[in-house]
Amino acid sequence: MLHTMTVTDTHGAPAIVAEGLVKKFGETTALAGIDLEVPAGTVFGLLGPNGAGKTTAVRVLATLLAADAGTALVGGYDVRHDSHRVRRIVGLTGQYASVDELLTGTENLVMIGRLLGLPRSEAKARARELLAEFNLADAAGRSAKTYSGGMRRRLDLAASLVGRPRVLFLDEPTTGLDPRSRNDMWEVVRNLVADGVTVLLTTQYLEEADLLADDIAVVDHGRIIAQGSPEELKKQTGAQTLAVRPADPADTALVETTVAEIVGASPTVAGNLVSVRVTDPAVLPAVVRRLDDAGVTVGEITLRSSSLDEVFLALTGHPATDESAPATVAQDGPADDDPAARIPAAARS
Amino acid sequence: MSTLTTTLPGQAPGPVERAAPTGPARVGPIEGLRHTATLSWRSLVQIKHNPMELLDFSVQPLMFLLLFTYVFGGAIAGSTGDYLTFALPGLMVQNTLFTTLNTGVGLNNDLTKGVFDRLRSLPIARSAPLAGRIVADMVKQTWAIAMMLGLGYILGFRVRTGPLDALAAFGLIILFALAISWASVLVGMLVSEPEKVMVFGFTLIFPLTFISNAFVQTSTMPGWLQAFVKINPVTALADATRGLLSSGPVATPVWHTLLWAAGIAAVFAPLAVNAFKRKV
Repeated sequence: MLHTMTVTDTHGAPAIVAEGLVKKFGETTALAGIDLEVPAGTVFGLLGPNGAGKTTAVRVLATLLAADAGTALVGGYDVRHDSHRVRRIVGLTGQYASVDELLTGTENLVMIGRLLGLPRSEAKARARELLAEFNLADAAGRSAKTYSGGMRRRLDLAASLVGRPRVLFLDEPTTGLDPRSRNDMWEVVRNLVADGVTVLLTTQYLEEADLLADDIAVVDHGRIIAQGSPEELKKQTGAQTLAVRPADPADTALVETTVAEIVGASPTVAGNLVSVRVTDPAVLPAVVRRLDDAGVTVGEITLRSSSLDEVFLALTGHPATDESAPATVAQDGPADDDPAARIPAAARS
Repeated sequence: MSTLTTTLPGQAPGPVERAAPTGPARVGPIEGLRHTATLSWRSLVQIKHNPMELLDFSVQPLMFLLLFTYVFGGAIAGSTGDYLTFALPGLMVQNTLFTTLNTGVGLNNDLTKGVFDRLRSLPIARSAPLAGRIVADMVKQTWAIAMMLGLGYILGFRVRTGPLDALAAFGLIILFALAISWASVLVGMLVSEPEKVMVFGFTLIFPLTFISNAFVQTSTMPGWLQAFVKINPVTALADATRGLLSSGPVATPVWHTLLWAAGIAAVFAPLAVNAFKRKV
């Protein structure tokens, strides 16, 4: 595991429970009956393309939106009938950094602290502390409109932590962030979980859900189409893709049969590139050995994480609905066709 | 409720006291007022970082006052001094009505920029974001009126009634502005971007303020226009302000203004609150 857990919830009850959540916007069904159960002190990942209903689910759970049907409890409180109590224990960081651009970093956080009932001096101290923690101390006195995208995101997250929430909703916390800021964000999430916070995050990145979440639900068209631990999901979908291109196109057929034999699944062939989803990274050396024995010169061989699209294809038989949904964003090799990313991708597993 | 200890990245994780799980099911009235005060503070402190806004609600009214007095004054009233006496109350009214648009613009900004989402996820009074904005805008309005009166004084305008009458004039203008603010709130909740609030405002408030006796005597206009001017609430408010600051009838225009304000608020406040509730 990548993180340690200190579950502080004494009741051992789930932090979030949702049953049959339905939400329609006119003709569009955003949620078509969502069931969730998130144990306290864990990270739950909602994985899906744009328009899958992730944001709507978060908005319902964070009391911003009333569901048309179904119930949800957060921290044991009904989000519809006891929304004020829910708001006292949750924090929300939306997809778009919702900070007041005309206020400074400090003023933004002091405002939240004051709204939460902290005395002025305490609100200021808390703001200072959070700004330091999120590397914003130098920019504390500048108005937020001068901040970079990553800085705004950090300020937004800091704003949702002023009240020390027990349950934190992060709606696509890393979309649009550069790899470094993304790593920082992941680190923050791990620290929060270590502190006992329950986190529900939505993401379009399989890699992110894999790295952070204890449990993942894959959402498509407002429904959960698969759910389980990252390991279970990988077993079900093929977590990685093996691609082999022989130096001599004439060897393509031989490569295809060899790969099929070792992996036990029929690969797809595009030109002379043979690719197949695999669950066991040990197939890579096996394929290399067998092809070497057969005297085939391999032009390129890669083992990379499956993209969200590939997971969707495996689960639903159709690709993710949104074409703009980014493909794999790997921590250590974002571009599928970047030669430099290939060896580490293989070595990582 | 919460302690100030925290776990910095890199430190050993330890239990941190988290947000209180229990507590009242809703916001108390005193708490609600405090939330409104905090959000008013937020709107006012924004001025510090946005000099353009200061320009908008401080310099612009003073410029209008100078231009109207010295450019049109001689032509309209024969002397700048006479015109100032007639037009300053009208200018105060006109400026106040235009400034109500800022309420809608500000709310729409909060809506489109996601600030409302943040506020709504907090355990605060549901009405505080709206009330906070309106209170802050009324503070700015009072400031602008006081400044115009101050400059008017330098230019030769004199309050010929008493301080209580002058205060009543202030109060009446602010009250009427508050009523019009509901229309501004409604528009701010309905349009897709802040600029559209201004477009709406100019097509409504521009004719409303100019087709009144705020700047010129009703008798100088063609008959068909006079008919509109006489029923225009801006005329009633301008007359009431003149009566309360210098001379002229007071009771009738004040009553008309109050009735108009009540009517406008009765129509737009429920619509605006409803639109606000649906958005937030």
